[in-house]
Amino acid sequence: MGMEGIGASVVRKEDKRFITGKGRYVDDIKLLGMTYAHFIRSPHAHAKVKSIDSSAAEAMPGVVAVLTGKQIVDDKVGNLICGWAITSKDGSPMKMGAWPAMAPETVRFVGQAVAVVIAESKNVARDAAEAVVVEYEELQAVADMPSALKPGAPQLHPEAPGNVVYDWHIGDEAAVNAAFSKAANVVTLELTNNRLAPNAMEPRAAIADYDAAEEHFTLYTTSQNPHVARLVLSAFYNIAPEHKLRVIAPDVGGGFGSKIFIYPEEMVALWASKKVGRPVKWTGDRTEAFLTDAHGRDHISKAEMAFDADHKILGLRVKTHANFGAYMSLFSSSVPTYLYATLLSGQYNIPAIYAEVMGVYTNTTPVDAYRGAGRPEASYLLERLVETAARQFKVDPAELRRKNFITQFPHQTPVIMAYDTGDFNASLDSAMKAIDYAGFPARKAAAKAQGKLRGIGLSCYIEACGIAPSKAVGSLGAGVGLWESAEIRVNPVGTIEVLTGSHSHGQGHETTFCQLIAERLGVPISQVSIVHGDTDKVQFGMGTYGSRSAAVGLTAILKAMEKVEAKAKKIAAHALEASEGDIVIENGEFKVTGTDKSIALPMVALAAYTAHNLPDGMEPGLKETAFYDPTNFTFPAGTYICELEVDEATGKTSFVNFVAADDFGRLINPMIVEGQVHGGLVQGIGQALLEHAIYDSNGQPVTASFMDYAMPRADDVPSFKLSHTTTLCPGNPLGVKGCGEAGAIGASAAVINAITDAIGNNKLEMPATPDRVWHAIHG
Amino acid sequence: MYETTYHRASSVDEAAALFAKGSEAKFLAGGHTLLPVMKQRLAGPSDVIDIGKIKDLIGVQLSGDTLVIKAATTYYDIMTNTDVKKAIPAISYLTSVLGDPAVRHRGTIGGSIANNDPAADFPAALISLGATVKTNKRSIAAEDFFKGLFTTALEDGEIITEVAFPVPEKAGYAKMRHPASRFALTGVFVTKTKSGDVRVAATGASQSGVMRVSAIEAALKSNWSASAIDGVTVSAAGLLSDIHGSSDYRANLVKVMAQRAVQAAG
Ligand SMILES: Cc1cc2nc3c(=O)[nH]c(=O)nc-3n(C[C@H](O)[C@H](O)[C@H](O)COP(=O)(O)OP(=O)(O)OC[C@H]3O[C@@H](n4cnc5c(N)ncnc54)[C@H](O)[C@@H]3O)c2cc1C
Repeated sequence: MGMEGIGASVVRKEDKRFITGKGRYVDDIKLLGMTYAHFIRSPHAHAKVKSIDSSAAEAMPGVVAVLTGKQIVDDKVGNLICGWAITSKDGSPMKMGAWPAMAPETVRFVGQAVAVVIAESKNVARDAAEAVVVEYEELQAVADMPSALKPGAPQLHPEAPGNVVYDWHIGDEAAVNAAFSKAANVVTLELTNNRLAPNAMEPRAAIADYDAAEEHFTLYTTSQNPHVARLVLSAFYNIAPEHKLRVIAPDVGGGFGSKIFIYPEEMVALWASKKVGRPVKWTGDRTEAFLTDAHGRDHISKAEMAFDADHKILGLRVKTHANFGAYMSLFSSSVPTYLYATLLSGQYNIPAIYAEVMGVYTNTTPVDAYRGAGRPEASYLLERLVETAARQFKVDPAELRRKNFITQFPHQTPVIMAYDTGDFNASLDSAMKAIDYAGFPARKAAAKAQGKLRGIGLSCYIEACGIAPSKAVGSLGAGVGLWESAEIRVNPVGTIEVLTGSHSHGQGHETTFCQLIAERLGVPISQVSIVHGDTDKVQFGMGTYGSRSAAVGLTAILKAMEKVEAKAKKIAAHALEASEGDIVIENGEFKVTGTDKSIALPMVALAAYTAHNLPDGMEPGLKETAFYDPTNFTFPAGTYICELEVDEATGKTSFVNFVAADDFGRLINPMIVEGQVHGGLVQGIGQALLEHAIYDSNGQPVTASFMDYAMPRADDVPSFKLSHTTTLCPGNPLGVKGCGEAGAIGASAAVINAITDAIGNNKLEMPATPDRVWHAIHG
Repeated sequence: MYETTYHRASSVDEAAALFAKGSEAKFLAGGHTLLPVMKQRLAGPSDVIDIGKIKDLIGVQLSGDTLVIKAATTYYDIMTNTDVKKAIPAISYLTSVLGDPAVRHRGTIGGSIANNDPAADFPAALISLGATVKTNKRSIAAEDFFKGLFTTALEDGEIITEVAFPVPEKAGYAKMRHPASRFALTGVFVTKTKSGDVRVAATGASQSGVMRVSAIEAALKSNWSASAIDGVTVSAAGLLSDIHGSSDYRANLVKVMAQRAVQAAG
């Protein structure tokens, strides 16, 4: 490893522009003649749109147009799609209601757009929006799953009777029944996984620019995957063919999954730009973010685990209801199925698993992937269940886990996933040592003497990242392949541009991806630049989510790099009159081993482009591309342990210690990995203690601002102690597994297990607010 | 935000005159309540009259047994003021747990009490300490000033100029912060006056804004100690109940925060 190679904690290149205010986000972009869009959104959770009178608004100075849902449907702009087809138990396809970009007839959640005002300024657009009179006929709404599933409940979509999207299952029911029938002990737990609002720092925004002469659109948008946006907008929404649509996702201020999806506002901006013949900009505000960014989680589950007399797990049975909100968002269908139930084996040898998942419509904001997407729900359920079992059996929760750990790899679980490698004992040991697990009983007693309730909680998570082998996900219903592509251009002067289909919106790709080049060529990272986020520059890309950028995106870069190196070695060998096999690359030079003969990279590059003296038959230039399709998921895993105290009088939780021992395979930049873990842990703790997107029984959001939606702040979270135990991922040449979601996946269970341990009552839901904890203590 | 006309007043009289001229004018101090409300278009004043820079409205004076805090003094300036720390350290502490640094550097005592949010911190201090609110027209006892949720005795165009606090023998404040907003989920201010009277005020708890808690006052009067409150029952009737705290939880907090406030007061 060089100073800037793999494994070095190189300071992030991109931070200079971010911390000096030079980042360029969508809202920073201003185009000549730009107009501004303001959406008119439904105040009702369920209603018929009776009429829209925009005459007064259209007469206001500065108003360019008022466009409605009826017009967008008349213009044959396609309905929003869901890109993963799930088949129910009975073999029927999932049942989806239509989702037009603006509602022509029926609105199904508060915040759904019915019309848009396009005006010369933001303020005029807003003034005019107030002058548009929308007449609604309110319908009865259902805001939660139990109400939606009741016989006689209001129906959201005629296509989905009973408000059920699908009733899916996985695993072997008969084997599970057999396991339970011979069980010595059965442990049961009912729990909910609270709905979260993603709250990226930068709200969503879009600028659409239609060029009538070229019949060409440019879309600047807050996207985690601009090529996927272009593909979906072209293939399904009938807005522009792919070669006439350029999608640019410039600096993007956080996504956490919520910016994977193609939203109505982007579609409307594109369509409106053509209609009014001018660029159209929309910048969402925080309220719109709360109302319209796809939410996360929202499960209600019942889980049962069967054990033999020796406390070995025999089987697991899970029944989950997953709330999809009012419409099926782009990848929503896959989240509570293939991203959730396939992880229900956790770190354990579980011979038989059967899970049923029912997807449910409610009059709430659509739900889709949010940091971890399905895996936090699986991990939370399993880790609370195992902890509950340990308490029921009165055995040490660490020992119960250890007894059931998978120790042989590869390991085929009963729910599709085949774990390639791992060492679960190593991370458990590391975390236990870091927190002085053995000393806990003494600390608990000492705290008790001070009148404090102290608890400790474990969480041994596993996740599937590096999403994903295309053939495998295709066979499970995915509408896209999940490979990644890369291109490496060595310029004639020897500087290097790396074009990647991954997209950085906080992850630090502009640094870590350079480190791979530094590692391979021995050049400083200042000579390398990373290009991403523009469909006109990058050949293709599936984007960034599911902790895939290192395992898939960086591997694609490596594959392209190998081609570049092979060609460069040929050129060097030719120039040095040596054999290609004797050329080694060191410190930016191509050397003939065992001699002092060498040629520097810029000279090789120049030779490639002057083409004055290349080997016979060689094409000029030094630029290569690669597509890389992974062969398996990767399986980051680890143990988190949380120690905390509960104030009996107020129910308030305060952290004493939080340790995280992760196995992410090889670390490219340990400092950036640490940052990713910190952020993930904070989100997991946020879910456990603070965050909850709530609706009242009429479907009105109760938590649509930061005055009510509790985001974690610095003083809500402890200082984390991190460590790493490493098993290299055998599935990719770099041995990397991914680290972007682990914290959010593993942290919640550790926190809740610690609180329930402290208070001696296992009946506690997230978020464990002081009010809830106090009631759990005092009744 | 709707269009508005901004004025910066240099004296209280000028501010009052500007107010009288505007069709629907509003005073602006720290702006931490008014501006968010304007941005959301929940308020659309014709004129915004900035009183935050008026010299006569800024500063703290300690004379004898009275601590005077001028209306446009920021929380941060109150928190760090040595006279406040000396005379009524509980007020200094209260400002240290009010909002976050951005709020403390902008928000003012006058804006807080004029707004009378049912979960704001200062109303509890004023009621408990028996403060007097002075305006450009009159003096109003704190007890008469706060009139329920977001309502006060202020008349249209009346400007708070200062708040006068009698220096107590002891006072303390304890607050359970609202997890999202950091206002008071429940905060209790306790005071033992120099004449031996005990006054306890709770904020964030009642459906009708800041309230006196007579049961706790009675207990503390006979025995100024946290344990004196052990036997007191606070009724949940009439208390706020929402996603962050049910009324029985808040009733418990009134008691627990009162105990902690007494401990803090010493
Ligand atoms: C994120 C956040 C957190 C907060 N946390 C807390 C908290 O923990 N505890 C708490 O108590 N508050 C909290 N607040 C509210 C904060 O204290 C406000 O600043 C305060 O309520 C208003 O003070 P201001 O000076 O900003 O007033 P402004 O917003 O300028 O004005 C508020 C109202 O008072 C009127 N007004 C202002 N000054 C006078 C005057 N001298 N005479 C007559 N009328 C006047 C204005 O016309 C306006 O109607 C928080 C606010 C925010 C944004």
